[in-house]
Amino acid sequence: MASPARQADRAPPRPPAPEPPLYAPRARVYPRAISGKWRQIKWATLVVLLGLYYVVPWLRWDRGPGAPTQAILIDLDHRRGWFFDVVIWPQEVYFVTGFLILGAFGLFFASSLFGRVWCGFTCPQTVWTDLFMWVERMIEGDRNERMRLDRQPMSAGKAIRKTLKHAAWLAIAAATGGAWVFYYVDAPTTLVKIFRGEASMEVYAFVGLFTATTYVLAGWAREQVCTYMCPWPRFQAAMLDEQSLIVTYQKWRGEPRGKHKAGDSWDGRGDCIDCNLCVAVCPTGIDIRDGQQIECIGCGLCIDACTQTMDKVGRPTGLIRWDTLAAQQAKEARSAPVPWRPVRPRTLLYAGLLSVVAAIMLVVFALRADTELTVQRDRNPNFVRLSNGDVRNSYAVKVLNKRRTPQHVRLEIDGLPSAQLGFVGADVEGSGPTATLSVQPDTVGTFRVFVTVPASAAPAGAKPITFTVRDEAGGGRASHDAVFVGPGR
Amino acid sequence: MPTKIEKDTLSGQNTTGHEWDGVKELNTPLPTWWVYTFYACIAFAVVYCALYPSWPWLTGHTQGLLGYSSRAELRQELSAQAKERASFVDRIRTASLADIRKDPELFNFAMAGGRSAFQTNCMQCHGAGGGGSTGFPNLVDDDWIWGGSIDQIYATIEHGIRNSDDKSRQSMMPRFGVDGLLTGAQVAAVTDYVLSLSGKAKATPEGAKIFEEQCVACHKTGGKGDQELGAPNLSDGIWLYGGSRDAIYRSIFYARNGSMPAWSGRLDEATMKMLAVYVHSLGGAR
Repeated sequence: MASPARQADRAPPRPPAPEPPLYAPRARVYPRAISGKWRQIKWATLVVLLGLYYVVPWLRWDRGPGAPTQAILIDLDHRRGWFFDVVIWPQEVYFVTGFLILGAFGLFFASSLFGRVWCGFTCPQTVWTDLFMWVERMIEGDRNERMRLDRQPMSAGKAIRKTLKHAAWLAIAAATGGAWVFYYVDAPTTLVKIFRGEASMEVYAFVGLFTATTYVLAGWAREQVCTYMCPWPRFQAAMLDEQSLIVTYQKWRGEPRGKHKAGDSWDGRGDCIDCNLCVAVCPTGIDIRDGQQIECIGCGLCIDACTQTMDKVGRPTGLIRWDTLAAQQAKEARSAPVPWRPVRPRTLLYAGLLSVVAAIMLVVFALRADTELTVQRDRNPNFVRLSNGDVRNSYAVKVLNKRRTPQHVRLEIDGLPSAQLGFVGADVEGSGPTATLSVQPDTVGTFRVFVTVPASAAPAGAKPITFTVRDEAGGGRASHDAVFVGPGR
Repeated sequence: MPTKIEKDTLSGQNTTGHEWDGVKELNTPLPTWWVYTFYACIAFAVVYCALYPSWPWLTGHTQGLLGYSSRAELRQELSAQAKERASFVDRIRTASLADIRKDPELFNFAMAGGRSAFQTNCMQCHGAGGGGSTGFPNLVDDDWIWGGSIDQIYATIEHGIRNSDDKSRQSMMPRFGVDGLLTGAQVAAVTDYVLSLSGKAKATPEGAKIFEEQCVACHKTGGKGDQELGAPNLSDGIWLYGGSRDAIYRSIFYARNGSMPAWSGRLDEATMKMLAVYVHSLGGAR
């Protein structure tokens, strides 16, 4: 026998192993149907969420004459957001920012408690993919039938089924795109217009865009969206810890796995009978028994699969279950059980941030004024000398009336005691120490206001002044800072 | 010089069959979707060329089957816009200036239209904000040479000042120095008198006498001016050509006869009305 060293000498030089390619072709996933507790919860979530999405634009709300009757309407043309009795003006778009921050902290909070519960149950990608898979199953059959169908050469039957499936997908996608548009335009009239070919180009463009994205993302891309496109799975690890509830395979109980025939002993082996059902039902096509993976969206369907199998073979359920990493480690080490601790610094921090942001938004919303004032000084010319030597500045004054009734406000300025006001507007013209301006409901009243001081009282350079409007009926008050510019000396 | 297409053992891919000094080139085709995108672009280009104007020709360009032209589209948009505005423009044309001023809807429309017409036609001389400059009147102050009522402003816009329009505002200041009507010393004396009207110099009896003989006919007693004749008020703090002693001396010696075009031939009645409303609102209205 030659020594190993000599053997190596004689062996031809081995080519270096080729680098693994950067592109991994997609392995098609054919998720199998499963029933169980989590599947039920997922169906319920799907019905509620899709129901809300499709129905909400059709809710009506009476706001009196001249106002839209749609309960929730983001009217981009007229720059108003209607939410039942709340009307949001464009400059209050920070409420959207607030809701986004709230959403982010809510996501952090839920993740620290329950892992990827958002991904698995409520994310639109998951909900629509679930719906599309259900349609696919209705038309092409379950996992094995679909795999067989895809292997078959094209035939009339296959063509019919495939066409039917894509037609159904496109119909759902079009309904999704249509419903999206209805949040921005009046739903009943636009629906009629869309079918009559009378809707605007924007409407068709957005219906088309959302039809295309829904069809492509839920029909074709599916789990690839979660694995490759979505940033959330990439940094969610920062929100999770060993106390977050996640879908876990109880390795210590399941291994060593192996096939099991009825009547065989369970001694010396694990409870996993390697039936592969958990893999077959997984919508992202992974094996949960490999441990935590970035592809896992935490939908819990493998739990339903394993529960079904364990019931069948008569072993305790829960081989795959919601559990924390800490509890699993304790069970594996056979030490004292570690209970789930929902209250811990991380969850307290997220809950705290959530409450602070929510409180700030509530306060801002409660203090939201329905009278606002903006003042812009004319800078060309910077100031005017009148024939008697007086110095005058002109300002564009805008009074926002967010009420549904007309407002009459009294305009005053502070900071220039000897000033006289002159004003020119649609309904008003005149002069005096103060002015009463009328603003129509739900509009911005625009006025030119002239502030005149005698030459002796004119400041050298800029002097800060404050414009104030007060609702004559009491209540609304708003002020705005400005400057009065006089000739330099 | 393709030689032989062979399989590369390392990558498992075919070579192109090209070889240079023993270096072989791998055939790494584009991904299929990329190639099809490329074909789709070619197909799009062919269809586009057929439907739209595309290829230059010796005397023009191919017109395309759809007969599209961006000029025609612009014309369409402009006429659609004009149609949309027509009801307002008609109301502006028929309403009196005072009525426009009183109707909030018309006033807002006229202010917007007037501002845009001002930015196109007037700001070159009067400044973007109407502040004027030397020789070009400030429209924001309260001193008006030909009158600051809304009707007077409209008349000035319509017919202009000292131009060939039949109804243009006309008047002429004599060139007292150039034409020898007054000597240099006399011009200086009357300059002092003019300055004294606003308390900036001491008048001499000679200056007062010359003013009485030569200037009062238009500028009136005390230099209060006459808007009928476009004779500026000389007693206030506003000077179109400068209020220094030197500037006033030159104004008398060489005379000042500023001109403004008549807009009646260039702008329609509604636009001129909107301009009058806008200028009237700038602040100096009388």
